[in-house]
Parts: sequence; structure tokens; C-alpha cells
Amino acid sequence: MTLRTARPARVSRRDTLAGYVFLSPWLLGLMGITAVPMLLSLYLSFTDYDALTPLSDVAWVGVDNYVTMFTADPSYWHAVRVTITFALVAVPLKLAAALGVALLLNRAFRGVGLFRGLFYLPSLLGGSVALAIVWVSMFNRDGAFNSLLALFGIEGAPWVNDPRFALETLMALAIWQFGAPMVIFLAGLKQVPAELYEAAAVDGAGPWRQFRAVTLPMLSPVIFFNLVLETINGFQGFTAAFVLSNGTGGPVDSTLMYTLNLYIKGFTELRMGYASAMAWVFLVAIALITVVLFTTGRFWVHYADGEER
Amino acid sequence: MKRGHPVVRLLVLVTILAVVLYPLIWMVGTSLKSREEIATNIGLWPETFTPGNFAAGWSNFDVSFGRFFLNSAMVALLTVVGNAVSCLLAAYAFARLRFRLRRAWFAVMIGTLLLPGHVLIIPQYVLFKQLGWVGGDWPYLPLLVPQFLATEAFFVFLMVQFMRGIPYELDEAAKIDGASPYAVFRHVIAPLSRPALVTTAIFSFIWTWNDFFRQLVFLSDLQDYTVPVALTLFIDSTSESAVGPMFAMSLLSLVPVFLFFVAFQRLLVEGINTSGLKG
Repeated sequence: MTLRTARPARVSRRDTLAGYVFLSPWLLGLMGITAVPMLLSLYLSFTDYDALTPLSDVAWVGVDNYVTMFTADPSYWHAVRVTITFALVAVPLKLAAALGVALLLNRAFRGVGLFRGLFYLPSLLGGSVALAIVWVSMFNRDGAFNSLLALFGIEGAPWVNDPRFALETLMALAIWQFGAPMVIFLAGLKQVPAELYEAAAVDGAGPWRQFRAVTLPMLSPVIFFNLVLETINGFQGFTAAFVLSNGTGGPVDSTLMYTLNLYIKGFTELRMGYASAMAWVFLVAIALITVVLFTTGRFWVHYADGEER
Repeated sequence: MKRGHPVVRLLVLVTILAVVLYPLIWMVGTSLKSREEIATNIGLWPETFTPGNFAAGWSNFDVSFGRFFLNSAMVALLTVVGNAVSCLLAAYAFARLRFRLRRAWFAVMIGTLLLPGHVLIIPQYVLFKQLGWVGGDWPYLPLLVPQFLATEAFFVFLMVQFMRGIPYELDEAAKIDGASPYAVFRHVIAPLSRPALVTTAIFSFIWTWNDFFRQLVFLSDLQDYTVPVALTLFIDSTSESAVGPMFAMSLLSLVPVFLFFVAFQRLLVEGINTSGLKG
């Protein structure tokens, strides 16, 4: 990502001063709201800070928090598994739904705008507590989903209270919000030159072949963009898991997402030193995942202008 | 690309749409069902309308939902103002001014785009508590101060991208006429950035209105609660009688977002999602 610059090359003192005047709120925020808290968090992660003792009296415990986390806290690894399972299932399915519907909408017909808008609506509402409440009620023992199954003579389970299915209901909620990546796919599909399809058709390629040979490669930068965005979002799922389990991660820890676990350790059990260590591991993990995505992206993301972004 | 018959495609789309809209319609229907009907009537729509759920939900707790709505509206509106002003200032510096270390700061700003908010919540809590802001005289300081310091990097990025599209000739003409960087901002860039400001305002409002994590962490007194935090109180009271009122208040809480959706559909659908792709 590069910045285009205004033409003259010399940086005058007046411009530098003006630059920092306009930047000052952001700089203050960067220091006070981001940088200092990050360093404080790093420091706290080596202490047993419990939010009650004054900061000056906290005990330095070295790497104890990290050792406990990795070797002596089964709930930690459980939360990691829950989070990875959630992301591995929900993200690909959500992107597949988004791409599928985008392909159906990628042509002019009457009402296409209305469809696009209505498919997008869940992405606006879905992250709220209100919708999580509705979703959980829908998958209750006597919820709408079981009523629907009953019509076909199937006896449902109390999905949200069953540790085998609770996480799946949260995945379904995430997939239901496929509208946001769908809109991005649609924008990407509009960029694919029609000549490519015409050329492919002349060469005798059928619809599936055209999809494989034209649409997918041309769309790969957009798929990549969506994949990075949704993966990072997927790892941070909190609200729905909190609502489903009333803040406990239940039933039987089946919805103990990483961020929910962090909240419980930090704000319910007040083990803020330990939770800070968890936060730092989370940050490193997210950074690593992003790096891995970008590295693997080189092998399958195709940029039309041959330029790396 | 030719694929599928138009009628088949329409049928598939309508089926998917039915699945997508079902939960929303079910929410509206359930919010209007009586306690008995919620248990017995499995249909989408109530046989007898029970608008009483809304009155019951409104005053279900010691503090009325009116207060929670006012709190949410205040937090959301002040967030809109804070984001719009502070992000516009920062974006102007990045997009239009030349100063030392600009590229380095811009790289830092891009870096904070991907920083998960959950990582910072504990140290921010500790810091704000030290300052006496958490549960202080005005408990919304921890929620609002960051919004006035352009910490929502996404909006800074959005505005930088937008400002890059404004012709540089305009700045230069103004400069030739003797305008300072402040005058260029006031009379050229800020007025022309209105579309980006509108997008920022709408999304700031919706995201803050829906936000739960930060409000859950920083608000501790019932009378200070925002709507999402208040809604979770319904989950504690698991009694059957609360289901109708719970749905009524959930539905009501989504109305502002829905109105934004109706009013700005095109802008919402096309505005923000594709902004990361351009440029």
C-alpha cells in the first residue's frame, strides 16, 4: 500500500507543523488507547494482578501465567479447540454461501437490488445481542427449528442445551450473515471482463469450466480479502456465545470461545494477569494466522496486473 | 456467463431468501404472541395479537427500557460525532499533508486496523479505572474518549481512500491564492468529504448501537446500562413469562438499525464493504 503524495518534494516546516496538528488526536489515541495499554498488558501478563490490589503492589510471577496456560489449564486448550473448530467450519461455509448467492445475483434482472439488500440485512443485525437472543430461542427445545422438524415427523433435540450441538447453532448464526462477504464478491464479479467468458465459450468451455478457469482465478484476490477478514472475525466471536451460555461458555464448555474465556478469566474470576497473558497469545496467534494466510495466498491469489499488493 | 434458467434461478433465490428472513419474521410474530400461544402455536404468526408484551418488556426491570434506549442513543450519537471529527482530521493529514514520518505513521495506522479489540480491553480497563473513569461520575468516558481520538482506524482508512480521489488541483489552486493547510481543510477537503463522513456516521452508529463487549465491560450500574447489556438481563430470568417481553424488547432494539437499512440501503450495501477493494 503506497501513499500518493502532493507534488512538490520539499517538506516545509509549516506543513510538518500542520501535519502534526491534524494528526494530534490520532497520535494521542495511538499512545493512550493503544500503545500504552499494550505495554501495560504485556507487563500485567507477568504478574498475578487481580484488579483489587493496587497496581504498585502486584507480584511479578515471571512466565508462570504462560506456563499455567500451556500446561496446567485444560479449559484453555479446550477454548482454543472450540475457537478453531468454529472458524474452520463457519468461515468456509459462510464464504461458500456468499459466493454462491453472489453468482446467482450477478446479472441484471428485476428485483436484483431488493434481493441483494435483503440478503445483506442479517449482516447488519446479526452481531447484536437481540438477534443472538432470537437465535438461541429458535434452537431451544420448543423453538421454531424443532417445530419445523416436527412438520416432517422428526423429533429435534434441545440444540442449544446439548454440548454436541450448541457450537453448531453458533456456526449457523455466523453463516446466516453471509451478506457482507456476498456484497464484496458481487463487486469483484463486476470487475471480471466479459471478453474472458466469451473467449472461453468460443473455446468450448461449459459453465463449470468457465467457473473454474475464469471466475475463480479472476476472483481470487476478492476471495482472499474475504478469507482474511472473515477468519479474523471468526476467531473473535463473542456476543452469541455469551448470550447462548449466559456468559459461562456452556453447556459443558461447548461454546467457550477464546474471547469469552478471556472475559471470564479477566472479569468474572478477576485473574487479570492471567487474562493479559491469554490476550497476548491471542494477538500473536492472530498475527501468525494472518502471515500464514498471506504466505499461502501467494500460491493461489492471481492479480490481473501481475502486481503484488 | 450463461448459467441456469431464469425461473430456476429465481426459485432458488426465493427459497434462500425465505430461510434468511425466517428468523426475523419469527421474531416479529413471537413478540406479539401471548405466553400460552408461545408454548402452543408453532406457526409464524399469532392468532391473537398481544401488544402487551411491549409494555411488559418496557418496564420489566427496575429501570425502564426508555432509560436504556436513551443511554444507547447518547453513546451512539456521541460516537458518531467523535469518529467523524477525529478521523477526518487524521485522514486529512495522511492524505493531503506532507510531514516527517508520515509514511511510518500511516503504516502504524494500517497495523492497528487488524488489532483485535479484545486484546486491549483488560489494560484499558485497568488504565481507565486508575483514572477514575470506570463507574465514575459519568461512566461513559471509557466508551467515548477513544472514539474522539480516531482509534477506529477503519474510518481513518476509509476517509484517506476517499480523499485520494479529490483532485489535487483544488488544493493547489487554493494554495496559490494563499490558503494555509487549515484553510484548505476547512474550505476544500472537509466539505468535499461529506460522502465519506455520511458513511462513517451511519456505520459508527450501527456498530456502536450493536456493540456489546465494551459496554458489558465498562458499564456496571443498572441505570447506566445500554440496550444490549439490559437485554442480557432477560437471559438470567429464564421464566417462561419473560419470553414475549424479551422478544418485544429485542425487536424494538433492532428498529433503529432497520430504519437506517431502509433509508440508506444502497449506501450501506455498496458503501463500506467495497471500500477496502478500491484504491
